[in-house]
Amino acid sequence: MSDILLRTAGLSFAYPERGSSPFARPAMRQVVKDVDLAVPRGSVLGLVGESGSGKTTLGRLMVRLLQPTSGSIQFDGAEIGRLGEVEMRPLRARIQMIFQDPQSSLNPRLRLGVTLTRQLKVFGRLKGRQDARDRAADLLELVGLPTGFVDRYPHELSGGQRQRAGIARALALQPDFIVADEIVSGLDVSTQAHVLLLLKELRARLGLTMVFISHDLSVVRVLCDDVAILKAGEVVESGPVERIFSSPQHEYTRSLLAAIPLPDVEPGWLDDAGPASIQHLQGSAA
Amino acid sequence: MTAILAVRDLHVAIGRRGHAANVLRGASVDVEPGEVRGLVGESGAGKSMLGRAILGLLPANAVITAGTIAFEGRDLLAMPEPERRKLLGRRIALIPQDPMTSLNPVRRVGAQIAAVLSHHLGLSKRQARARAGELLAEVAIREPGRVLDLYPHEISGGMRQRVLIAMAFACNPSLIIADEPTTALDVTVQRQVLQLVERLRQSHGAAILFVTHDLGVVAKICRTMTVLHAGRVLEDGMTADVLARPRHPYTRALLAATPRADRPAEALRPVPPALIESLWSEAHRLDRLADAGLPS
Repeated sequence: MSDILLRTAGLSFAYPERGSSPFARPAMRQVVKDVDLAVPRGSVLGLVGESGSGKTTLGRLMVRLLQPTSGSIQFDGAEIGRLGEVEMRPLRARIQMIFQDPQSSLNPRLRLGVTLTRQLKVFGRLKGRQDARDRAADLLELVGLPTGFVDRYPHELSGGQRQRAGIARALALQPDFIVADEIVSGLDVSTQAHVLLLLKELRARLGLTMVFISHDLSVVRVLCDDVAILKAGEVVESGPVERIFSSPQHEYTRSLLAAIPLPDVEPGWLDDAGPASIQHLQGSAA
Repeated sequence: MTAILAVRDLHVAIGRRGHAANVLRGASVDVEPGEVRGLVGESGAGKSMLGRAILGLLPANAVITAGTIAFEGRDLLAMPEPERRKLLGRRIALIPQDPMTSLNPVRRVGAQIAAVLSHHLGLSKRQARARAGELLAEVAIREPGRVLDLYPHEISGGMRQRVLIAMAFACNPSLIIADEPTTALDVTVQRQVLQLVERLRQSHGAAILFVTHDLGVVAKICRTMTVLHAGRVLEDGMTADVLARPRHPYTRALLAATPRADRPAEALRPVPPALIESLWSEAHRLDRLADAGLPS
């Protein structure tokens, strides 16, 4: 058994751009370019980038919601980049995703008890109705929600509670690997810290391996062991969190870190609005 | 120095009579000329409602049940509607949160800025267009002449937010309500937008009430700050003092729960649920006192 659970090599993804003419051969737009990353078993990798950096696409490739245009994805030593839907199915139980917006990713018409155990049912791991209720209650307990929530609908929950339910659903099949896409960015500070610490605890308790996608470096620092910085589909820098934060090597990483407003009064932070720092966003019209 | 804006004991309720929910429970905020004041709170704190009440843009089902809003010494709530409207966009302007939905998608950028200028300042079409171009240059948009003729969907999110900032400063207002203007932006763009707002504030001499949930943004741009929870002011003061020595337990808890890129994970302390519960029960106690007609 290798100690790397997920490894990508030369991973790329492109989609055809809408061309000027419907008959023209469409140009391909590269969204993810040549990504080589390794996620050791039991570790958490942060994928950081700004909007349009390709971080969500990379996450979706890792859970094989998308098929790579080229390159490889190895999961637990086996190549999964080219597997078809049927061949992927047994692996789906081991690979899960938690989505950004629990409001739209939980079915509003189903009680939580049903949502949480649906995958167990699909994989034939339920022994009747009472078992489903028990398992749902266990999952709720795992993420710190009252077990009585099995009969609740998503709209009856607060934002933080819904995100906990999203986490519980991803844990139902006891996966080895979870990709979490911006799962705390919509939450208030007071709930965000609770969800982050919950993930930290679950990870230690269940030995989870995770990829944590975020635009927020501060949040990544709380949860991740390693971090990869993405820009325009490419990894510009990656390594242990402590190293990247204390001595960033790449210019882009430095500019990201410098742009984070820490909650300290820092005279001069707004001053260097020289033309140089404004230039790159002026760019041209999109 | 006399405040340019003085909100006193403002109460706002939302919903039908008998089922109304209070969103502001006696909030008071002062903004002095040329000052940037942060109005900080989490969702449901009432911070956006306070901004909208000042602008006279509360939702149709919201009512101001008590309090006063004085702008440059005149009570906005006692002012006849046409007079108040003249102030809006001219003396008091808004930088809205969402650059995607706040511009008219079927009108060119230049025409939208020019409309503000000709409405409030009576500029001719040609003058307004020329001034709109100058404003775009002022918000660091390259080739302003070309951007004037583009539609909002043809420019990036950061540029759209710049256009909205240009519109807010267009008539040299003395007060700007900035409602989470950088929340939807990436950090690098956010920094540039904050730098831009600060530069324009200095050159135009406007005061800003900066509504945000982000203590980092407050630390960087606001001289003073007000912490709001459940429609009540829990703490206010100089930003440097409040962040270094928060007096209210809620402010302390918020600071401890904010992840920081410069500190290890172990430093993070979530907000104790008991604290939030006690704050809400205090708010509901005040509601019951008010319902019974007793002073709080």
